[in-house]
Parts: sequence; structure tokens; C-alpha cells
Amino acid sequence: MESHVLLACLKTSDRGPSDSLERVQGHSRIREVRLSVTTSPTESRATRTLDQEITLIERVCAGEQQLFYELISPYERSVYVAVFSLLQNEADAEEVAQEAFLKAFSHLKAFRRESKFSTWLIQIAVNEARMKRRKDRKFLYESIDGRHQNEEGDYFPKDFADWREIPSETLQRTELRQALQRAIASLDPTYQDVFVMRDIQHLSITETAETLQITEALVKTRLLRARLRMRDALAPGFDGAWSIGDGHWKKVRPW
Amino acid sequence: MPTIEISCVEVWREVSNYIDEVVDPTLRERMQEHFKGCEHCSAVLDGMRNVVRLVGDGQAFEVPAGFSDRLKKRLEEKAGG
Repeated sequence: MESHVLLACLKTSDRGPSDSLERVQGHSRIREVRLSVTTSPTESRATRTLDQEITLIERVCAGEQQLFYELISPYERSVYVAVFSLLQNEADAEEVAQEAFLKAFSHLKAFRRESKFSTWLIQIAVNEARMKRRKDRKFLYESIDGRHQNEEGDYFPKDFADWREIPSETLQRTELRQALQRAIASLDPTYQDVFVMRDIQHLSITETAETLQITEALVKTRLLRARLRMRDALAPGFDGAWSIGDGHWKKVRPW
Repeated sequence: MPTIEISCVEVWREVSNYIDEVVDPTLRERMQEHFKGCEHCSAVLDGMRNVVRLVGDGQAFEVPAGFSDRLKKRLEEKAGG
């Protein structure tokens, strides 16, 4: 089905300049920006302005499809990270990330500038990853297991380890990375979605709610639980296993 | 006028919103007061902030080698082909 959409898009663009390109050509200020879009994909992240990005989008829509990679290149990493955090599998994540970019390509004309292009991409990526996850039996078992189904009751922090500072050398450690990934993987899928969109991808509460089609209040509740669980999962590590020296981390456990 | 005291349970319920600065000013003030005197809640707050900081810079994840090249190739096959 996707390929049909993609083909439709390609055919439409083959017909010639779209309205958007005509608008660009009739606008001398943007035209100047167009000419200045000569940075390589790797440079574009640092130097690209919003105008340049919009111009790129319009050029791709108008038929210069080879520019699509340049357009999305600054967001490759964040799209992959979003998808990987939800699927926890490199091969699946790569495949789904590619699919998300292809989907963005075929639906580029539907992009409305009310949101940032990066946000739009992340929303597509998260939705693709969630679809993949739903197809995956492993997650089906998790969701019917009902461990964390009660969103009404309070969640109490399990651990009161004093976790004031993170030594910079600890941040570089592979085990910390792995622990973070394990902690995210251990979250219920519904909490993962919110946590990944808010804390890893920095989408707003409103954008997260829109993408997941839930209320903003539910975004906040799930985010609270996700963060508390993440903290519980990670704090003991900092408290013990990852501490730099003995007694570096003080334990504070009231019960 | 002294701020009205708030319980630990109430603080935990709002601690995430506190970090996101989406609590109203009165509640914020009450929570600030509570954190000053409650080391457990301060530890929860600091720990949660650390979680947000740790995952927020994206360094917890690595993109597989060759990802860009494979993506570029796949896009070229679709767009250019």
C-alpha cells in the first residue's frame, strides 16, 4: 500500500513545478536562500536555517527528489534513536527508521508548517515503530500481562538513593548506556512511548498527546511513572555498581 | 504568609510536572519548601532530573555503522529510480 502512495507522489511531482515552487520562484528573498543551500548534509545541521529547510522541502516536493537525503540528513540520528528506543533491536530499528523516512518522503506534501519538520519526522517514526511493535507478539504478551495497567493509583518511588551528581567519566561508560537501554526496555510500551517522545526527542506535551492520541493529562501521568521507574531502575546502579569509589554514593532508604 | 505544607505523596505525584515547569506557582512554592526539608523527596527530584539529563543528550544510543549509507542508498532507489 505504501508503494502506491509513493508512486502517486512521484507521478504528481513528475508533472512539473508545483504551486509551492511557483511561490518560491516568485519570492526573491527565498530565492536567495535557495542559492545558498550548498552545504553538504553533514554541515547542514549546524548551518541550516528554517528558511533553508522550507526551501529544501519545496524543492523536493517540486521534483528535486535527490535533495530529500540532504533534507533529512540532520535528523537521521534522532529518528533512529526514537525507533530503537521503542523496539530495542538494531535490525528492526534500522528497517523501521528507513520505512519512516520513505513514508515522510511520500507524504512530504502533506507536511504543514505548524510544527517543526523534525517534530513531524519523529511523529512519523514513533507511529511506524508502534505499528511494528503491535505486530510483534513479544509485546502483545507484555501488554496483556497487566503489570502496570492501573494508571489511577499512585506509584511510589522504591529507592531513595541520594543521586545528586553524575561523575562525567561515568557518562562515557558502556555499561551506563546499556543500563539506560535496559531501563527503557523495561518500561511498559505505553510509558515508553511518552518517555521517548518527551525526554529523548523533546517533543512538547501537546505534540506527544497529538501523536499518541491521548489527553495531555495522560501524557503527564505516564511521563511521571516512566521517569519514576527509570529513576528506580538506574539509581541503585549509581548507588552501587557504578560508583567511582567506596562510599561515594550515600544510601538513603527509609524502608 | 507561610506556605501550606505538602505531603511526600503529593510531591511525588507532581515531581515530573515540577521538572517540566508545568505546575502552578503556588504549588511550585509549596514543593520548593518541601524539598528544602525532605531529603527523600530531594533525592527523588535529583534522581529524576538526572534521568532526564542522561537520556536527553541522546548519547545513550549509537547509530549502527553504515546506517547513513544504507539509508541514502534506499532513498536513492526510491527517489532517483
